[in-house]
Amino acid sequence: MKNGLINTLLKDDKASQRFILILMAVSILVPILNLLVPESWPIHVSTYTVTLLGKYLCFALLALAVDLIWGYCGILSLGHGAFFALGGYAMGMYLMRQIGDRGVYGNPELPDFMVFLNWQELPWYWYGFDNFGFAMLMVLLVPGLLAFVFGWFAFRSRVTGVYLSIITQAMTYALMLAFFRNEMGFGGNNGLTDFKDILGFDLQSDYTRCTLFFLTALSLALAYLACIGIVKSKLGRVLVAIRDAESRTRFMGYRVEHYKLFVFVFSAVLAGIAGAFYVPQVGIINPGEFTPINSIEIIIWVAIGGRGTLYGAVIGAILVNYGKTWFTGAFPELWLFMLGGLFVVATIYLPQGIKGLFDKWQSRQNTATPTAGA
Amino acid sequence: MLLRRSFWVLILALLSCSMLTLPVQAQSLPDEQHQMTDDFAAVLHKLPKAKFSEKSSLIEQIADQKHAKSEAVLEAMLEARLFYRKSDKIIVFADKVDAGYHIVDVLSDEDYGEIGKRKVKKVSVNNSLRRELKSLIARFQLESEDIEKRTQAIQNIIKSPDPVFAASVARAIDVEQDSAVRQQLLTAQAAVRLVSDDTDKESKIAAIVLLGEVTDKNAIALLAPLVEQKEDGTYVETDEDIRVAAQVSLKKLHEREGMYSIVENLFFGVSLGSVLLLAAVGLAITFGVMGVINMAHGEMIMLGAYTTYVVQLVMPNHIGASLIVAIPAAFLVSGTMGVIIERTVIRHLYGRPLETLLATFGLSLVLQQLVRTIFSPLNRSVITPEWMSGSWHVNGMLSLTYNRLYIIIFSLLVLGGLVLLMRRTFFGLQMRAVTQNRPMASSMGIRTGWVDALTFGLGSGIAGIAGVALSQLTNVGPNLGQAYIIDSFLVVVFGGVGNLFGTFFAAMSLGIANKFFEPLVGAVLAKILILVFIILFIQRRPRGLFAIKGRFVED
Repeated sequence: MKNGLINTLLKDDKASQRFILILMAVSILVPILNLLVPESWPIHVSTYTVTLLGKYLCFALLALAVDLIWGYCGILSLGHGAFFALGGYAMGMYLMRQIGDRGVYGNPELPDFMVFLNWQELPWYWYGFDNFGFAMLMVLLVPGLLAFVFGWFAFRSRVTGVYLSIITQAMTYALMLAFFRNEMGFGGNNGLTDFKDILGFDLQSDYTRCTLFFLTALSLALAYLACIGIVKSKLGRVLVAIRDAESRTRFMGYRVEHYKLFVFVFSAVLAGIAGAFYVPQVGIINPGEFTPINSIEIIIWVAIGGRGTLYGAVIGAILVNYGKTWFTGAFPELWLFMLGGLFVVATIYLPQGIKGLFDKWQSRQNTATPTAGA
Repeated sequence: MLLRRSFWVLILALLSCSMLTLPVQAQSLPDEQHQMTDDFAAVLHKLPKAKFSEKSSLIEQIADQKHAKSEAVLEAMLEARLFYRKSDKIIVFADKVDAGYHIVDVLSDEDYGEIGKRKVKKVSVNNSLRRELKSLIARFQLESEDIEKRTQAIQNIIKSPDPVFAASVARAIDVEQDSAVRQQLLTAQAAVRLVSDDTDKESKIAAIVLLGEVTDKNAIALLAPLVEQKEDGTYVETDEDIRVAAQVSLKKLHEREGMYSIVENLFFGVSLGSVLLLAAVGLAITFGVMGVINMAHGEMIMLGAYTTYVVQLVMPNHIGASLIVAIPAAFLVSGTMGVIIERTVIRHLYGRPLETLLATFGLSLVLQQLVRTIFSPLNRSVITPEWMSGSWHVNGMLSLTYNRLYIIIFSLLVLGGLVLLMRRTFFGLQMRAVTQNRPMASSMGIRTGWVDALTFGLGSGIAGIAGVALSQLTNVGPNLGQAYIIDSFLVVVFGGVGNLFGTFFAAMSLGIANKFFEPLVGAVLAKILILVFIILFIQRRPRGLFAIKGRFVED
């Protein structure tokens, strides 16, 4: 049954088929190469690399979320970093509660930073986060609700284009300022860190890390399928119509704001999930994730990969982040020049991103072959 | 006017400080002064051997002679830095250094260099002498020729009144000619009476009533102890009449203080608004007029601030003038950069505002890194010229800092100049023509490409000017621009895109609102509240406070 659904989704879509295949192969191969292949072998994948790849996949999921609204609905959100961070914080709060009395101060009830601030009891909004199910619900609900409320007001008032970008940026900026405050009870400047285990499994062990990696890849694949499902449905066509001619779509009788709201909330939830996978793998979440620059960087991943293609966003996120890892290691001063240059080049010369470049190259091949044959 | 006066006073005060160290030119003195100096020297000469009882009359003589050095000698004595050299009994000013003292002749200002501990001896004083010295110094200052010096002395007495000043103040009231200063002297007298034990009840109450009428924060500090309660609930001040009078006066003072704190908040708000206005007004042109979302706007501000830094490096001996030079320099640097950016990047992206956002964001990263590479990632220190530091004491409850005052004036000048440029010049006319109807303007012979480049250059140049002003308020570092970019966008959007008046109004109201929230909820929360407010506001009026009305469905 499920296979049938996937088949209909991916029918006649070679790129997506290939993408899902590669993703599944990587998600199985990488853990095997880490766990079963001895360290001395050249094909052994170190735990560090597994974590790094897991981080890239989280960013890929985030980029997918942004591509869905920007590529298909024309909503340029400069606040998706905030949804990502909120999902991350929800996960972080669960992991914090799991530390129990193993913290520096050994307080069984309160996280270290609260003991440090001389707090006597757990704030009410921390209740329930010791329960994994509740925490996972919050991973979905908190970004989703924020996106719902924000989107409800914004889309109903027909705040569009640049204005929407600016107020989403203001939103993430305000959240950043708020989370930097110690009084908020989210660890202030330092954020949440020093996690020990998740569902009883040690976070430092290779098995946990490989499992997390596998689950990240799996959820990326599922999210991809869901996005493909949305894009190929009638809903998806309306979204594209809204992107290309919002007023005209409205005049044809579609409730534009409802469509936008749905896709915005869905995208925010995906971003929250990405954040939730990100935190246990990198081991920290702090207010720095809310900085407006982070949100803009997501946009560039999508733009580089190719806007409005879904898999392009994933490729862009992985490539740019790989570049970042490599450059900040090899030439730390050059990285910002590179990233900045990428922004400029991508917007002026590559409106379709790498995907467009690839298409152009392919069509040239196709046109070249017959002429060569003739 | 007052501004200027205070400025000159500052200069005078500095000059008089430096005068003390200038050698006295003995040969040019008239005979009379010669005589005086001789008498003075004679009195000084008696100091080392004198007993405490004799010193009392000696210091009175020193004060009475009103010699140029009298005050310095008395002060040095009070501060225990008046010494004499054992070998020849010459009186010297001595400052402690590592191994001994650095001594300077009192009369001739001759620098004798450093000398061992045992070769000099302090001109000793006891407590009763100290009181006399204080009183004499106060008298000296209160009867000084210089009105500012007198005022300063009175302020010091009001700040820390002491019964020893009573005689000096009373004497000064008799001779004071200036009515304003006399009024202050009366306040000082009241303050002294309040703390003195041998004042009778009536004059104490009269003093309290008088203190209730003055506009001075010190009066509150003086009266507050009178209404304090001890831990057991009884009052420190046992006399009820005095207590009630103090309560009445305090209430009046607090009301007045509240009023002035509102004025002060308003001032802070307007100055913050001016900063926002300066940062945003360039953006109002690039974003509001051209529709380009220039995320590198903050970096244009940063470039302006760094230009100020470089200008100060180039002319280290003329810091006072450096800011004046930096303004056109920053305009040129940022403006040129703006023109380059427009010609190379923005030109390709007209009509695609979201793409300009991404491209200019990339440019902002490049510019930041460029500055980091050239100037190091650390903050650079930009010196504040003398004429910008200090503050204008309006009265005892209100003082306004000069740098904020100047920034308010400066931002208004910039805005005014910009409005004139847009409305009254040919370039402004072309600019408006191009933004209103590009093809029509083009067919009328306007070179739209150049107008675009120059408009963008203008917006960037003004950001550069803003950078000069901001270099006086915040740290100059590669991230300077980041701090202002979001605020600037919000100001422009809040005020209504394409409307300079709206930008002005938005900047001022946000600045003032921020400063009024701040004492209530703290700086960060105030900022968050403002952000939330703007987000909500844009939902209500997506095109800002003063939207340009037009018949368009969408861009």
